Formats: sequence, C-alpha cells, structure tokens
Amino acid sequence: MSSTSGSSGLEQMYQQVIMDHARLPHGRGLVDLDLPASGESHQVNTTCGDEIRLRVGLDGDRISSLSWEGQGCSISQASVSVLHELVEGERLAEADRTMDAFRELMQSKGEPLDDDKEDLLGDATAFVGVGKYPARIKCAMLGWMAFKDAVIQARKDES
Amino acid sequence: MLLPDLRDDFPLLARTVRNGKPLVYLDSGATSQKPRVVLDAEREFYELHNAAVQRGAHLLAEEATALFEGARADVATLVGASQDEIVWAENATAALNLVASGIGNASAGIGGAEAERFRIGPGDEICVTETEHHANLVPWQALATRTGATLRWIPVDDDGRMVLDSLESHVNERTKVLAFTHVSNITGLISPVAALVARAKAVGALTVLDGCQSVPHLPVDVAALDVDFMALSAHKMLGPTGIGALYGRKELLDALPPSIFGGGAVKTVTMEETSWLEAPMRFEAGTQPVAQAIGMGAAARYLMEIGMDRVEAHEREIATILRGGVAEIPGVRLLGPVGDADSRDVIAIAAVAVDGVHTHDVGQVLDDAGVAVRVGHHCGQPLHRRFGLTGSTRASAHVYTTPDDARAFVEALATVPAFFGVRA
Repeated sequence: MSSTSGSSGLEQMYQQVIMDHARLPHGRGLVDLDLPASGESHQVNTTCGDEIRLRVGLDGDRISSLSWEGQGCSISQASVSVLHELVEGERLAEADRTMDAFRELMQSKGEPLDDDKEDLLGDATAFVGVGKYPARIKCAMLGWMAFKDAVIQARKDES
Repeated sequence: MLLPDLRDDFPLLARTVRNGKPLVYLDSGATSQKPRVVLDAEREFYELHNAAVQRGAHLLAEEATALFEGARADVATLVGASQDEIVWAENATAALNLVASGIGNASAGIGGAEAERFRIGPGDEICVTETEHHANLVPWQALATRTGATLRWIPVDDDGRMVLDSLESHVNERTKVLAFTHVSNITGLISPVAALVARAKAVGALTVLDGCQSVPHLPVDVAALDVDFMALSAHKMLGPTGIGALYGRKELLDALPPSIFGGGAVKTVTMEETSWLEAPMRFEAGTQPVAQAIGMGAAARYLMEIGMDRVEAHEREIATILRGGVAEIPGVRLLGPVGDADSRDVIAIAAVAVDGVHTHDVGQVLDDAGVAVRVGHHCGQPLHRRFGLTGSTRASAHVYTTPDDARAFVEALATVPAFFGVRA
C-alpha cells in the first residue's frame, strides 16, 4: 500500500491480508457438483450492483465444496475468498459459529473480538476495520449471505 | 467561484469530516446542500404560519395558503411556466410516475372523453433513451406492460451521446410518448432537446423531460424547450427532500386523469362517480408537504437571485477543472466526452472508472481525504452496461463548489491506483 493516507481508518480497513485475498481470491469458479445435497444462491448488493453466485455441496453435516463466481469491490471479493478458506471442509455447526462471529465482528464498530472468536475467524479478523464503515458492511457480508442461503437450499435438496 | 461569501449561506459546508479534514462535498448530483434561506423558510412556516392550506377561514389558513401558492409561483417562474402548470409531487420520481400512471389510467378508460387523447395500447410505442435514470425508464416499462404498447429506446454512442441517425425510426407515427433526460446524471451531457422535441411534435408524440439535473444547474425555460411535461426535484436544487414538481402544459394537465385519488382533488363526488378539479388541484389529493413546498420555493428564489446564467457559467468553470483534471490521470477513464471539457454541452459532473479498482474502493479512499462522492451505478444501470461497467465514481458540483474542491477530487483520485497497487 502507498502512504497516500496516514489515517488509521483506511489502513485498518484495507489490511494486507484483504488486499492479497482480493487480488488472488480462493474458491473462485463454480465447481460442478454431483452430490446428494447441493445448493446455490445468487445475491446482489443493490447499492452498487455487485453480485455473487455461490454453490455449496454437503456431505452429511460437512461442507464438502464451496465455490463461487461474481464481481465486486475488494472487500466483497476478499471476504468470500476468506469464507471459502474458513468453512470448506468444516462441519455445518462450526461454520455457523464462524458466521455468527463474523457478523459480530461487522457490528463491533471496529473493536476487536475476544481471543476465542478471533481464533475462530482466522484471516477474517482482518475485516475488523470494515465495521467502522456502515456502508461497507454489506460488501463484506455479501458472500456470507449467499453461503447461508445456499446451505438452506442444499438442505431442502437433501430432504 | 460565484460569490466569495456564497458558501457562508450553507451551514453544513463549515463542518469537518474524517480525521478533522475539511469537507469537499462533490455529491450534489445525488442531493445538494441547503442554504439557510431554505431552512429558515421551513422553520418560519412552522413557527409562524402553520395551518391547513386551501381550507379553513382563519388568518393562519390564509397565510399558509399564500405561502404554499407563492412557492408554486416561484418554482413556475424559475422554469418559465405559469403557476397553474406546476403540480407538487413528493419527488421527481413521483412526478414522472404521475404522467405514466395518468396515461395508464386514461388507457383503462378513466377520465372520460377528455382523457381519450392519452390512450395508448397494442401497436403504439413509448420511446426513451439509453441514458435514462431508472426513474425515467421503469415507469415507462410498467406503462408498456400495462397497456400492451411497445417500449423502444434511442441508443447512445461510446461517449454517451444520443445517436440520432435513426431518430425517424425510433420516433415514428406509432410513438405516443417520448421521455428523455435533459442532462445525464452520469456523463453530464446536455441532451439535444430541440431535435428530439421537433421529431416528437412531427409525429404527435407527447414529450416528457427529466429536469432533475438541468433545472439546478442551467437556465431552463419550458416554453422555449417546448416540452409537454417536465419533472423537477427540489433536493437537487438546494431545496428540501420530500418535494418535487411536475410541469405540464395546462391543457394537458386539465385532461390527464390523476393517479392518486382522494379528497382535495375532486369537484363533485356521488356514490357512482367523481369529477375532478382542474390542474394542479386534481393531482394533489390528500395533505401536501406544505413546509417542504415552501422550502422549494425559497430554493427557486435563491437560485434566481444568483441568476441562472451565472450558475451556468460557474458549472462550466468547475466542469473544466473536474473533467480536464481526471482525463489526465493514467488508468482513469472519464465517462462521457473527453477533451472538450469546456464545451457547452456538459455540466459539472465527472463520473470515472479506475482500471482494476472497484468504485466502492475508490470512494473509500476519497472519503478518507474528506471528498464526498457517489459510488455505484447512480440509478443508471443500462448506461453503465453500455460502457461495459457496473458502476463508476461520480463527482458532481453545485453553486457552492469551489475550484479547490474540484482540484481536491482530482488530486485524491490520482492516489487511488497506487493505493491499490494497480500502478507503480
């Protein structure tokens, strides 16, 4: 990053880990799934037109696949990339806890969470600065909302 | 700069933003700041004259009615209309919907014989342009669906200019309505109104002009433009939110059926049917936003006191700095015409796309520098799509914008590519 601004808000928001995920996002490119339970969700951020299509495959209570495609700002792209890193291969209950912690982080107005929750969030703790900018929380949440909805779709598929 | 002390009229401009930086407000295309005379007009109404208008026989009711109608007269004067050709609407979107819904209602048989002239149906056409704000597109889509008419549009070229080569095909004998913006809220381009109106008149189509981005920035005279309807927004012309207006030719307004039905708009009501008052009353059913209307009148007077010719000259000065400045930044694309920033067909708007950087991220860096701009599609998805974009970052000015404001935008924008590492 350049030194265009000495203010902490901007630097805190665009941490290096976010910039890296935005530049080389993980999980991008929808994976064809031939699983008993799979679901897909398409979410649009109406303020900017950013969109994301996210697909999950479930193997019992485990998220065996999470892939996505879409375009958006660095915050939305990095966030879904981190989401992919955090929850693919995890059990649903664990993913739920991670998502709750991420939502809490978004509402923390830039304050860090406790150590247990930070452990759970891993790279996602880098998004702490986003909570200071209400207009950007939607960007960070876009992929997570798609994930939540895709799991609901997958479970419908299952039943 | 228009007047050295003009900025003092706008209390908000004195505040600071992030990290104590002075505010550089360049989001006037979304909403403008308000001069003290507008704030005072609303407050004085409530403190001294508040009463129901056009009813009641007491002194306050008389004063309130005089202020309310006086505001209508001021707005009419600003755009060269008669007082009874100005209808209050809650915003410009509502004003455009008033026309579209009125035509739809006429097409459904409402309004009797006098409304027959507005009827449209299968085989008829409604024409818009590719540069429209959603507010001047979606109501016409709905009207087409509702009536079976066909929606067509005039395309734009790579600079965002309307392509008029096929105007005679786009606006033809089947065209009943031609709706278009006076000034693009994205490119800042002033539309070729004379050519469009001439063609519409030749085929007998109604013309509906979106004046949201013209009335606040340029001298506008509806008689000279010769349009049938024009929508106005108060909050983009230094007035309050919650109020806008529709200009319409009197004879058309008197025949167009209303779309909001209720008290205050009617002549006689029986259990079977209703006849309506003449315009503008027929469109103003229910209690109106009286204080806001009075605020809009104050905004119109404020602009006229400055003089719209001077406002326009100021626009050109700022446009030259804004558009000329961003055109020189590597990796930044200016939407609309480039290289003729001081030409007479753009207002002081500069919407840009930064290569490899999303508009939200651009806006965030500008915000950090105290520069307030609009990010996203600005309610113009089709035009952005035409440019191969989903959004842009837009700076837009008003009477209080200084050359230094415009330069601050250009300077902050120039730091964006490096911040995101897309350019060394």
